[in-house]
Amino acid sequence: MVGLFVAAGRYTSAVSGERPDPEALLARVKEEEARGRRGKLKIFLGAAAGVGKTYGMLEAAREQTADGVDVLVGYAETHGRAETDALLVGLDLLPTRAIDYRGTTLREFDLDGALARHPALILVDELAHTNAPGSRHAKRWQDVVELLDAGINVYTTMNVQHLEALNDVVAKITGVVVRETVPDSVFEQADEVELVDLPPDELLERFKDGKVYMPEQAEEAVKNFFRKGNLIALRELALRRTADRVDAQMRVYMHEHAIGKAWPTAERLLVCISPGPESARLVRAGKRMADRLGAPWVAAYVETPAQLRLPPEVRDRVTQTLRLAEQLGAETVRLPGQKMSEAILAYAHDRNVTKIVVGKPRRRLWTRILIGSIVDAIVQGSGDIDIYVISAEREPQGVPPAPVGRRAIPSDWAPYGWAMAVVAVATGAAWLTLPFFELANQVMVYLLGIVVVATRYGRGPSLVASMVSVAALDFLFVPPVFTFAVSDVRYLFTFVVMLVVGLVTSGLAARIRMQAEAARQREQRTAALYAMSRELASTRGLDELLKIAVRHISEVFGSQIAVLLPAQGDEGLAQWAGGQFSLDSNELGVAKWVHEHHQPAGLGTATLPGAAALYLPLQAPRGPVGVLGIRPADRHALDSPDQLHQLETFSNQTALAIERAHLADEAQQAQVRIETERLRNSLLSSVSHDLRTPLAAIKGAATTMLEGGAKLDPPTRQELLESVREEADRLNRLVQNLLEMTRLESGALQLRREWHPLEEVVGAALSRLGKELADRRVDTQVPRDLPLVPIDDVLIEQVLVNLLDNAIKYTPAKSPIRILATSTDETVTVEVADHGPGLPRGDEDKVFEKFYRGLPGGRGAGLGLAIAQGIVKAHSGRIWAQNLPEGGVAFLFTLPLAGKPPASVPADA
Amino acid sequence: MPDPVVVVIEDEPQIRKFLRATLEGQGYRLFEAATGADGVVEVGSRQPDVVIVDLGLPDMDGLDVIRRVREWTAVPVIVLSARGGERDKVTALDAGADDYVSKPFGAGELLARIRVALRHTAGASHEGDDAVFNVGDLRVDLVRRQVFVGDKEVHLTPIEYKLLTTLVHHVGKVVTHQQLLRQVWGPSHTEQAHYARVYMAHLRHKLEAEPARPRYLLTEPGVGYRLVAE
Repeated sequence: MVGLFVAAGRYTSAVSGERPDPEALLARVKEEEARGRRGKLKIFLGAAAGVGKTYGMLEAAREQTADGVDVLVGYAETHGRAETDALLVGLDLLPTRAIDYRGTTLREFDLDGALARHPALILVDELAHTNAPGSRHAKRWQDVVELLDAGINVYTTMNVQHLEALNDVVAKITGVVVRETVPDSVFEQADEVELVDLPPDELLERFKDGKVYMPEQAEEAVKNFFRKGNLIALRELALRRTADRVDAQMRVYMHEHAIGKAWPTAERLLVCISPGPESARLVRAGKRMADRLGAPWVAAYVETPAQLRLPPEVRDRVTQTLRLAEQLGAETVRLPGQKMSEAILAYAHDRNVTKIVVGKPRRRLWTRILIGSIVDAIVQGSGDIDIYVISAEREPQGVPPAPVGRRAIPSDWAPYGWAMAVVAVATGAAWLTLPFFELANQVMVYLLGIVVVATRYGRGPSLVASMVSVAALDFLFVPPVFTFAVSDVRYLFTFVVMLVVGLVTSGLAARIRMQAEAARQREQRTAALYAMSRELASTRGLDELLKIAVRHISEVFGSQIAVLLPAQGDEGLAQWAGGQFSLDSNELGVAKWVHEHHQPAGLGTATLPGAAALYLPLQAPRGPVGVLGIRPADRHALDSPDQLHQLETFSNQTALAIERAHLADEAQQAQVRIETERLRNSLLSSVSHDLRTPLAAIKGAATTMLEGGAKLDPPTRQELLESVREEADRLNRLVQNLLEMTRLESGALQLRREWHPLEEVVGAALSRLGKELADRRVDTQVPRDLPLVPIDDVLIEQVLVNLLDNAIKYTPAKSPIRILATSTDETVTVEVADHGPGLPRGDEDKVFEKFYRGLPGGRGAGLGLAIAQGIVKAHSGRIWAQNLPEGGVAFLFTLPLAGKPPASVPADA
Repeated sequence: MPDPVVVVIEDEPQIRKFLRATLEGQGYRLFEAATGADGVVEVGSRQPDVVIVDLGLPDMDGLDVIRRVREWTAVPVIVLSARGGERDKVTALDAGADDYVSKPFGAGELLARIRVALRHTAGASHEGDDAVFNVGDLRVDLVRRQVFVGDKEVHLTPIEYKLLTTLVHHVGKVVTHQQLLRQVWGPSHTEQAHYARVYMAHLRHKLEAEPARPRYLLTEPGVGYRLVAE
């Protein structure tokens, strides 16, 4: 298989050392922690069907049950063998799930049932099984991974031929293609692998007795499969695979305990992937090499401008190959570059790669001599990196990469038509100039045409244009005219040069065009991302952010977008109202799965691929913030990992923006809480004082009378009783104010506006304060022709009472008070002026603040003016205070005369 | 005349205690009920002269008590209610209550309301209203349809006069806008509350010395008007 080996020194890693480095240790500790929470996976591995894996698994399960472990048989395929069936007796069986598929009922493992039941250990046979369409995951091993993630231990079985990395080897040995495979990473993460071994002779014996069940294979194939040679080879594979594992465990153990000195220098393998179908083989070979070396490996694909032009199915194949590599545990990269060899070498040096695996060149010898091969270029520039060249045989037929939906490529003949038109024009021009110019000039005219075609329509049309031009030149202008014959052999040279110039020009022009196109695409995406980030950065509010994100993502990816956010309070997801499509319950289920597992699912992924849309988790640093649903117009538009990565970049930006919005909300809420807290404290201290003072007076007076009894003289009794009444009134006013304030602030205040004569409201306020105002002159000036005002009379009376009360409190006894009302077309202004000391300069606005008091220890809670302000504002009016030049202060408020005035009152005689 | 009987429907024991002290000191016979249901039974069995109902009862709405009582008797009902509940007061008055007192209230205020209520009952049981109504400087001669302030006769328009006599008829009691509109303008004008306000302003300017600081025609904001009785 390894065709050519080119050794070129040895690269020694700078990070090799005797001691395990602390970060690696930490990583291992973390891994172990994660493993502790995860369930443990035990795989019963066999060389072929019929060796007794299921039997072995059930036996082990029975032992566990005997030890008191809660064991559940999730799925066991006994194929009706009596001795295997017997082992099931007494074990807890999970009912299978029935799935209707094209008229037949398929019985499948019930993942949700298992998760709900949550046993300590579950048995799930046939790890490589492909689930029926409509199941959550495409493959059973994905079910198992979910079980492990849920902390359930799993026993399962598989044959060595199902290992992804060995797939092609097995196919080669046996000639039977196995379609159901398990990624090596799953196998490698197994905590235990038990080899169920049966010597080939015994297995053949069992096969002859009809004890081996081989489904879905033609009898002939089965017979071919069960040949001794095959079985020996498979057994060897299984044994070697298990031995490798033991070896790897040993190495990990040694590393952890820093035993021995035999640390291999750090190796890193790079596999170069080409668009050809042989690359899958290359990947598997690379995987096996990497495993043997115990080295990390990278699968790299160099995207040259030329490759952007490859037909979609070829690009799909590259995608598939990269996915395969990812499944086999490789890191995958796409490298942009002009030349494959340069890009590969630059990356290899960057990443300290020690070995590069490339495919054997397929170019014919002469092209290799002319243009040079990539391998040669890589070898020349490799320095101390080892290069492995793997023969590029085609894959055996029948092992196609996992099927990708085919897209009809619209064949576009228009550019060729235009190319012909350009040649025709060039011919016309050449014909017209024939009498004046030499043949050389006609050649130039044709070359010009070829350049035009190359720059505008790309390589294919320009190639055609070159050839047609040469033909036309020969036919029309080279003597003998109107034949393809050539009289002078020198003209042949002209043709060859013209053709070569045409080809080179078209190649160059086409490449420039491709580069420009590639740059344009990159530029467009970058610009789109930049535009979105910038807009997101300058926006506040979750709804606005989501609107922007949805609009941008929808435009860039030509898809409909939905956003799901965690529902308030409970665990579920709620659809954001601004999404472009809505999800039915099935799709919601997919989204929910994505949200819970923080992994993409749905269209184009391996999980629930039947969904109508692709769902990506919106993952922010502090955790998941929602799910993004993308429903492309064309179901295959998102198949390429490139698109997926782009989408992830966009969704990450969106997630960050959402988190930012959440943080801003939280900050604001915290601010509000602090503010509320501060107010509450100030209210409490103020109110507790104001409530206690009158209470103290009342209690004091009452107890004095109770205890003093008859000894008190009548005037003293009278005095005490008066103080009880006054203090009760004071308490009442305070409570009234507090209630009023609460009503105003809670927004519970409802204006009951009616048209009132202001005079009446003033009168009501004056009556209410009759006792307090008894010894004051109140000068009231309300013009008779003042229009009716649309007010809530109860509240405006309260405003007047509060203003008057304020004047009574802060001005000397018996000083007069003035109430003045004036009106314009739009407003009525009311003024309450006193002859007191006036407000301290600068306090004209502060007086309306809650708990502001003009005098320290002044009577009242400092709420009256704040309430007045609240009421006036509720009437869309304005209230303010101003010191008067003649002394005293005036409080003024306006009441707008808005709304339709009432029907005029009919006069009577 | 025997001592007037008062039924108090009030759930607060402290208030009942205070009412008992006040009213019995003034020579009323008092019967108490702590719930609306008991109250209705008391009113039915005691044949009271005045009923005092708290609007906030534990078992049923005070309004329902009023409606139930009004099914068979025209006994004066005085409502106790907190300030700020103007809507409740108007509803209670329109449902058949005669007057209200806002909590917290003084004994004097309540006694005055009871006296007014009793006087109205007495007036109704005797032959009609007095021919001449007198308060302060204001004198209304209902027979001759003449109105005097001091010695000067004041000329009123027919509506003003009707408004004034409606208030005289209910003297001392609060009259809601609805009641005034219905009685003065008729049932089709009950939506035009500002009619009453505008005419009340006219009346004040004709009858009051200081219309913006009225002595006779008082406003109860959000509820209605009251012509002072004494």
